[in-house]
Amino acid sequence: MGRKEKNIKKAQKLMDKPNFIRNIGTAAHIDHGKTTLSDNLIAGAGMMSEELAGKQLMLDFDEQEQDRGITINAANVSMVHGFEGDEYLINLVDTPGHVDFGGDVTRAMRAVDGVIIVVCGVEGVMPQTETVIRQALKEKVKPVLFINKVDRLINELKYTAEEMQQHLYKIIQNVSDLIDSMAPKEFKDDWKLSVEKGTVAFGSALYNWAISVPYMQKKGITFKDIYDYINEDNIRDLIKAAPLHEVVLNQVIRHMPDPITAQKYRIPHIWRGDEGSDVGKSMIECDEKGPTGMMVTKIIMDPHAGEISVARLFSGKVNNGMMLYIDRQPKPNRVQQVSLSVGADRIPVDEIKAGNIVAIGGLRDAIAGSTVSSLENMVPFEEMKHYSEPVVTKAVEAKNTADLPKLIEVLRSLAKSDPSINVHIDAETGEHLISGMGELHLEVTEHRIQEEQGVPIISSKPIVVYRESVNSRAGPFEGVSPNRHNRFYFEVEPLEKDILNAIEQGDISVHGKIENKNELAKELQELGMDKDESKNIVTFEEDNVLIDATKGIQYLHETMELIVDGFEEAIDEGPLARETCKGVKVRLVNAKLHEDAIHRGPAQVIPAVKNAIYGAMCQAGRVLLEPKQKVFIDVPAEQMGNVSVEIQQRRGEILDMNQDGGNTKLEAKAPVSEMFGFSGDIRSATGGKALWSTEHAGFERVPTNLQGEIVGQIRQRKGLNPEPFNESHYSS
Amino acid sequence: MGELIFIGLGLYDEKDISVKGKELVKSADYVFCEFYTSQLAGADLETIKKELGIDIRMLSREEVESKAIPLEAASKGRTVFLTAGDPMAATTHVDLRLRAQDRGLSTRLVHSSSIFSAAPSALGVQHYKFGKTVTMPFPRESYPRSPYDNITTNKRNGFHSLVLLDIDGAGNRYMTVNEGIEVLLELEENHNKKTITGDTVLAGLARVGSNNPSLKAGYPEYILEHDFGGGLQCMVVFGDLHFMEIESLMKIADAPEEICMIDSTHDKF
Repeated sequence: MGRKEKNIKKAQKLMDKPNFIRNIGTAAHIDHGKTTLSDNLIAGAGMMSEELAGKQLMLDFDEQEQDRGITINAANVSMVHGFEGDEYLINLVDTPGHVDFGGDVTRAMRAVDGVIIVVCGVEGVMPQTETVIRQALKEKVKPVLFINKVDRLINELKYTAEEMQQHLYKIIQNVSDLIDSMAPKEFKDDWKLSVEKGTVAFGSALYNWAISVPYMQKKGITFKDIYDYINEDNIRDLIKAAPLHEVVLNQVIRHMPDPITAQKYRIPHIWRGDEGSDVGKSMIECDEKGPTGMMVTKIIMDPHAGEISVARLFSGKVNNGMMLYIDRQPKPNRVQQVSLSVGADRIPVDEIKAGNIVAIGGLRDAIAGSTVSSLENMVPFEEMKHYSEPVVTKAVEAKNTADLPKLIEVLRSLAKSDPSINVHIDAETGEHLISGMGELHLEVTEHRIQEEQGVPIISSKPIVVYRESVNSRAGPFEGVSPNRHNRFYFEVEPLEKDILNAIEQGDISVHGKIENKNELAKELQELGMDKDESKNIVTFEEDNVLIDATKGIQYLHETMELIVDGFEEAIDEGPLARETCKGVKVRLVNAKLHEDAIHRGPAQVIPAVKNAIYGAMCQAGRVLLEPKQKVFIDVPAEQMGNVSVEIQQRRGEILDMNQDGGNTKLEAKAPVSEMFGFSGDIRSATGGKALWSTEHAGFERVPTNLQGEIVGQIRQRKGLNPEPFNESHYSS
Repeated sequence: MGELIFIGLGLYDEKDISVKGKELVKSADYVFCEFYTSQLAGADLETIKKELGIDIRMLSREEVESKAIPLEAASKGRTVFLTAGDPMAATTHVDLRLRAQDRGLSTRLVHSSSIFSAAPSALGVQHYKFGKTVTMPFPRESYPRSPYDNITTNKRNGFHSLVLLDIDGAGNRYMTVNEGIEVLLELEENHNKKTITGDTVLAGLARVGSNNPSLKAGYPEYILEHDFGGGLQCMVVFGDLHFMEIESLMKIADAPEEICMIDSTHDKF
């Protein structure tokens, strides 16, 4: 039996012992070496086949990634590691680093209890580093730090041992500050980074070595030894003295909580059900005997097995043939195959118990984010809202009309496996529109459709997704039903900034049915909403709110559902360019209704409500919002001029600029619509010498002088008259 | 200046229009009709055109309510607007008349029979004793409770309730008495005010105004067994019944003898 096969056997034994399990992830800014780290940890732990592992150190990294990158990236990987005489099962979830795939990171954090934050020793803390730390801490996932590419400080930047120490200290301090400022109150002390305790390690994932203070003490190695090994280019001995997987996996086992410890504080945080209930208690105690409770964090499209749900199993067990309920789905699904991912392989097992990350076939109604249980009506987990919204859309069509049914099928399962992708069929044009987080995200998605699913498609140029909002407070505006028997009076105003922020960040949960009205009212009051308003929230749609400010109107109650329909329609397609509204507070202040229910049906109420909301929005001043991006560029000082020209041509503004040696670091902000093709242009403008990355910067108002023109373009694209209707169109 | 004349077509078919109405139609420059508020169950547009000997343009709700086509026409010449029943029984037409007035057009009204008076007449019950009229919409998500509440209020006051039954948007389907009773029983189950019980007296009516109307009064179970056939239907839920009403329901609407047992000591008449 080879090493891999032995390890599979061990893994199967360990998965029944939650004390010896660690569920962890890696997260980092793009290109800081997170996937290299994951790969080499897996290889080091002996989870690859013998022949690959034997040659592993000789192999060029890129080949390895090609060999196994896809499977590893797409799933969780389990590995076995010995520590202080015991063996442990480590379930590792790798996350993508590019900002377009931030949604994957958010979801992965639900599955894990600890995360290795990987920071490049040369670049230091980058915007995405901050984002992933925030995502982890929001889920109460404990962070530890790995500083990567440390050899480059010596080989390329020629730092002395002294300089290198100072440099590393600065990075640790930066990460530490971020953790301090965002850590949950009860963990502020416990989760502080500590070099002495070993929650910080550094090394080179690529060259397979790492070091931490406890490891140095244990093995009697000094910082100077490490420096000398690198300086003398003696990597072979360095790896022997301080192997990457040994140091980092020790760090993981020592400092990351096991599922029993973690679920005690994580369940009350991510699940709002009754903690005293059977399933609540079982999840908090990680009890395999209780009802099954789990959350799907990812759907993988497997060419052979179909859709595989990857889920964190918090309580009970999963076995083949079991019937499981999926939230919001009427009928249970039958589990077809339970498996453990060991290395690149999925090993079928009969049963998996609480505390593990599992891969399950057969849950065809599940999507990433589904709550799955053996109970029919388990309270779902808190929604995992990724705060960036899709900003770019493309229309796709099948190259061969005969492929259309297949394309629809593929798009449906894409939407299931990647909730950051929105698939929408335009009712008027019949086009299939896919929206995603950025140009790259859509390119990857198109690639999946064409190459992985084998459906040739034609796609349009990318289009930016806009939002509509209002400038000030206005109304009441009267909306009259077609039969003229019903009148609705609405006021609108911009939603309080703090509330909008809290919704975008997922700090308050406003989607779906409002479970606890009083609690929500309290949260909204704390964020600055008027007391009366907060108590009369009817519903939220996206990040807009409908408030019932009326008192004692007869029949209003039975009409409210239709008013909500009208509100939702108005919000989904705003009055300016039929783009979704954002941050609008809509108040129903009065209504006059017909005596007889039949005279106030959907055909009467919905248009009246829409007209009143649109009219009030016209009075309040309609504004168009466009998505913005922050751009971080690192470029030799002499190329700086070309870069700022590129930025300025794209309506960009430069926010910050500083010199770092011979390089200039520049931070700018520009509209996403102007950033298409930036990749090629910046390359030719700087002779390929600029390093750059982007980050979403939310929606901002389109400059007033451009609004009319852009609105006209959007409307024409949608086959509308370029000029939007004005206020008088909506009054009776 | 033109004129807008509302003319009722009456209850059932093309022959229910008044002689006065028919003469005015012939003198008009423009003739429109609408069948979205109600319909003649016994006639279609072609038979009406043939009977009146003129061309008639049928308008959709949007053409009347939003585009106000009758008003446009009336500002050019004498315009007739034909509706089923009595024109102003469909309250939406009051608005059209008011808008015509606002434009300085003169308006006239030619009445005709309407279900509001025909239902009590057909059953032989007293017009004076009716409370609020309600319409039962087709079942939909989150059903309005006001029809049930209004019938409850009527019944507690001893009033009868005329219950009109929904016509679907396209005019292809009429709600039947049987469907109406099922909906009422479901509302009773949900809201439980003892308004519709096993000994509540109801009446179902179909094809009122035709040569073969179908009438049936009695307890819900009894009426549910009856097949009313096609055509436009409606119901009455009775409050306190006068002895003359009881007699009439038995003789005219085939009510079973048990309804004689109803305690009518609260009768105010």
